[in-house]
Amino acid sequence: MGFDTAYEAITEEDGDQRWAFGTGFADPLAGVDTAVPDGVDGADLAAYCLMLGDDALIMSHRLQEWLARAPELEEETALANIALDLLGQARLLLTRAGHADGTERTEDDLAYWRGPDEFRNVRLAEVRDADFGGLIARLLVFSTWRLALLDRLRGSADPLLAAIAAKGVQELTYHRDYAAQWLLRLAGGTEYSRERMAAGLAAVAPLTPELFLDSDTERRLAPHVAPRPADLRAEFDAVLATVLGRAGLPWPDGPAEPEPRGVHTAELAEVLDELQNLARAHPGATW
Amino acid sequence: MTTSTLEQELARAREIAAAVPDPELPMLTLGDLGILREVTAGESGVVVWITPTYSGCPALREMSRDVAARLTAAGLGHVQVRTALSPPWSTDWITPAGRRKLAEAGIAPPGPAPRRPDGPVPLTLTPAPSAVRCPACGAADTVRTAAFGATACKDLYRCQVCAEPFEHVKEI
Repeated sequence: MGFDTAYEAITEEDGDQRWAFGTGFADPLAGVDTAVPDGVDGADLAAYCLMLGDDALIMSHRLQEWLARAPELEEETALANIALDLLGQARLLLTRAGHADGTERTEDDLAYWRGPDEFRNVRLAEVRDADFGGLIARLLVFSTWRLALLDRLRGSADPLLAAIAAKGVQELTYHRDYAAQWLLRLAGGTEYSRERMAAGLAAVAPLTPELFLDSDTERRLAPHVAPRPADLRAEFDAVLATVLGRAGLPWPDGPAEPEPRGVHTAELAEVLDELQNLARAHPGATW
Repeated sequence: MTTSTLEQELARAREIAAAVPDPELPMLTLGDLGILREVTAGESGVVVWITPTYSGCPALREMSRDVAARLTAAGLGHVQVRTALSPPWSTDWITPAGRRKLAEAGIAPPGPAPRRPDGPVPLTLTPAPSAVRCPACGAADTVRTAAFGATACKDLYRCQVCAEPFEHVKEI
């Protein structure tokens, strides 16, 4: 097979040839009833879906950066799977956001054409991992928090949010176990691996309090459409206490300066530059 | 179209859709996997409802296209493939025939999906001993070597008796 036919060999003549990159993927909510239920404010629902969708999109991107850099092939596969689950959740949530606020923006509009100031993810999702221990600490905190959140969302008054959450709970259960088991392995390994694990916890601890801050959107949507973030704290603390108790590592004390959602580190721009530059250089491109 | 003809058409459409192979587990059909939910009559033709296995399942688009192409080729006119997100797919929906085909292809089929107790989702710090049998030699002495595999729905095992590595469909 000559080089110039290699691409043709892996694409199909008919239909959508966007398997590798491109905009305009099929709507992941095709055929789903996307009406906003009575009594639910569409703008608030959209803002909320954007928060949860951005958390998943940005976390997924940071996990993808580990591909070809993970310590073993098995871990690379694991991180790719976790990133894919989160990307799937992001696609559904961003699409839901674009329907719910009536703007009919697509997942691509929202992922590729907003600037850092418009992203609503928590800072925990966007920060760079110093090493594998840092990644494990961040993934444990993120997945423990998100699992507690999605588990409560299964009962949301918005049936679509409830359905996305029910699927996400199955996925996050595996993500959290993966991170917790790795934390135990690193904590119980060598003195050096234990040090790196403790350093990873120290890096994510200051970013944790903001996960439990209520925003105006969540106050208006609670309790029927979405839980209040503060109500997730007890479950989060219990899970972390179990894991860290077994590992014999303390939760680091230290100053925390929680920022409301929407305030970002400079590292978000770095994520978005990579995520968005191809789509922006070739608007509407497919290949 | 009379009611009985419509019913026959829908039954035929269901049969064709159920026979479409899964792109990632090609030994299984959509019917075997249990992701084909319903085939109904819509305003403009047949509507096929499919449930994704995982949120990020990259095969969903392929499947939708295959289903539409096969039904159109069978003369069933304008076909719509729609996503049914609720309730979420569980490996318990894989049929007995599907489980047999997986084992024949060297992939250990899933056991029963975990039953969720009341309260928060349980945390697993020490995985339970493997209950998965080796699809090659049938031995019960197997170990899980990785919690994630080449596709979202599988993890990796090794048989301690015949030493064969194999994939297993993980329970969700």
